[in-house]
Amino acid sequence: MSVIPLIPEPGAPGAYEVTTVRAEPRRARRWYTQPALLSGIVIIAIILVLATGAPLFSSYNPNAQNLNATLLGPSAHHLLGTDQLGRDTWTRLLYGLREDLRIAFIAVLFPFALGTVLGSLAGYFGSWADTVIMRLVDVVVAFPFYVLVIALVFVLGPGERSIYIAITLVGWVSYARIIRGEILVAKRQDYVLAAQSGGLGSVRIMGRHLMPNVITQAIIYSMSDIVQDMLAIVTLGYFGLGVPPPTADLGSMINDGQNFLSTHWQLTTIPGLAVVVVGLGLSLIGDGLADLLRPGQA
Amino acid sequence: MTAAEGPVPAGPGPAGPAAAGPGPAGPVLDVRDLHVRIASRMGTVRAVDGVSFDVAAGEALGLVGESGSGKSMTLRAVLGVLPAEARVTAGEILLDGVNLVTRTQSELNRIRGPKLAMIFQEPMSALNPVMRVGRQIAEGPQVHLGFSRARAAERALELMRRVGIPDPERRFRAYPHEFSGGMRQRVMIAIALSCDPEIILCDEPTTALDVTIQDQILRLLARLCRESGVSLVFVTHDLPVVAQICQRVAVMYGGQLVERGAVGDVLLDPRHPYTRGLVRSAPDFDYVRDSLVPIPGAPPSLITPPPGCRFHPRCEFAEEDCRVSETPLRMLPGGRATACLHWERCLEAAAADRAQA
Repeated sequence: MSVIPLIPEPGAPGAYEVTTVRAEPRRARRWYTQPALLSGIVIIAIILVLATGAPLFSSYNPNAQNLNATLLGPSAHHLLGTDQLGRDTWTRLLYGLREDLRIAFIAVLFPFALGTVLGSLAGYFGSWADTVIMRLVDVVVAFPFYVLVIALVFVLGPGERSIYIAITLVGWVSYARIIRGEILVAKRQDYVLAAQSGGLGSVRIMGRHLMPNVITQAIIYSMSDIVQDMLAIVTLGYFGLGVPPPTADLGSMINDGQNFLSTHWQLTTIPGLAVVVVGLGLSLIGDGLADLLRPGQA
Repeated sequence: MTAAEGPVPAGPGPAGPAAAGPGPAGPVLDVRDLHVRIASRMGTVRAVDGVSFDVAAGEALGLVGESGSGKSMTLRAVLGVLPAEARVTAGEILLDGVNLVTRTQSELNRIRGPKLAMIFQEPMSALNPVMRVGRQIAEGPQVHLGFSRARAAERALELMRRVGIPDPERRFRAYPHEFSGGMRQRVMIAIALSCDPEIILCDEPTTALDVTIQDQILRLLARLCRESGVSLVFVTHDLPVVAQICQRVAVMYGGQLVERGAVGDVLLDPRHPYTRGLVRSAPDFDYVRDSLVPIPGAPPSLITPPPGCRFHPRCEFAEEDCRVSETPLRMLPGGRATACLHWERCLEAAAADRAQA
């Protein structure tokens, strides 16, 4: 009674047919065809070159006062004129951008890291970890971002370190929410069950298997978050809570120029415009990245 | 690719069990009276209700039943990866005599992989889409066997060759979406074999593949298990697949085992009306050529299962006693067991089926 089919031995004719499938080349991601992304990259690239190379584009010391040449208008010597202490506005603009961008780019990293870790824990483990972390998020979200950051820096005292601490304490909540949501979806995927079935620990599953699948949304958000951080830093500088005075900073430049608004409007307007252009550039990059990285987009 | 395997002794005969079983006498996996309950809004689901089976070294056991009969829950209970709402409420799962039910997750993590492995139904979703295939195979040896990154990669390449993935050096760096369905399932098999487990649990590993690929994968699995003495628990609802790959079969219905025995015996001489129904509704057997007979009715609710035998509402042999008395598995001669109170009548009917064909 040979109803039960036999398993032919290897080597028997036709026993192991192997389908050969050529690996397709990875689809080229044509980032350069995205107009938003491209213009954002161009704007930010120009600003970064000007800011990082500040000494190359100006022969003045940003803090050097010249009381014989105060409040000058634009000229060949002073491209954008001078302020009430005779400091070159163009030079201070470059150095101010450099300082604020540096702080903004560093400041975005801490909330990104903290929010990603806490959001993963909440999403992956659920139960009490989720409850505790997400109630904490609710508390922070109840306050407006700028109000809370300014209040925290006010309490901690002015300076760069306080800015980092304040932005981290307030900014992590958005990342935690994004990552938690992504993890909640991703952890139901079979590959997580497969990883658990392979005896991998929770830390490894979160770090190696889930993180690459969920981090994209956080990266996209971080681009718009940099804009927010930049504005917070400028605002703090405006209130005198940023980097201490002699150092150039867009916020303190806006504040200093305020007294001369009716006669020398460029002292306030130029750093203000610089903030707008940086914000525009970073937002364009964020939108472009979102279009590029979000699944389901052509 | 077959040349890499070295000499394989002349094939074991059709009666697989004679060739299987080079290992020690005791079973590798021994599941005793397993109960799994799932809390749901509608009530408690008795997903697995007193299931017992064992698997010897090198043996392949088929676990057969329709959707929702508790097959997959049984496998997930063995692995300790039940969904959050599900609990093992009673019973033992002994792997080499060690009870897995009482282990913590971190203790289980030292067992899953090196001793127990799992192959999933849908290889596309069970592979991480953003990890290179080779690294996914190499991960187990790195974590469990303490291999260095380079040595684990070597091991992954060797496994890829063993499961018949052409050009492994190049495919190592590919992502799952660059593979065909059959190749992905080969990758899953390589992952399952990566830490030399004693037993591999397969959850319908060929259901998502088309028939020609299905056959390749089944043969590959059977050959690899024969070569390395790995035991298999093979969950499926596909009887021909069970006949092809397994030595013994256990039939599940409504969260319980209803019949158990050697594959040929059970499929040819079913001693439970549900098994007979399964055989009659499957197209591949000699004696059901022109008429496939469906099983009337629907699977039982596992929240409020019918009293007595769970199959009685759908059973043509049901008597009054089937509606009242519990029907545990009873041993029959020849290593078989059935839960049916009137199995002799089922046997007669099955004989009549055959005579008719």
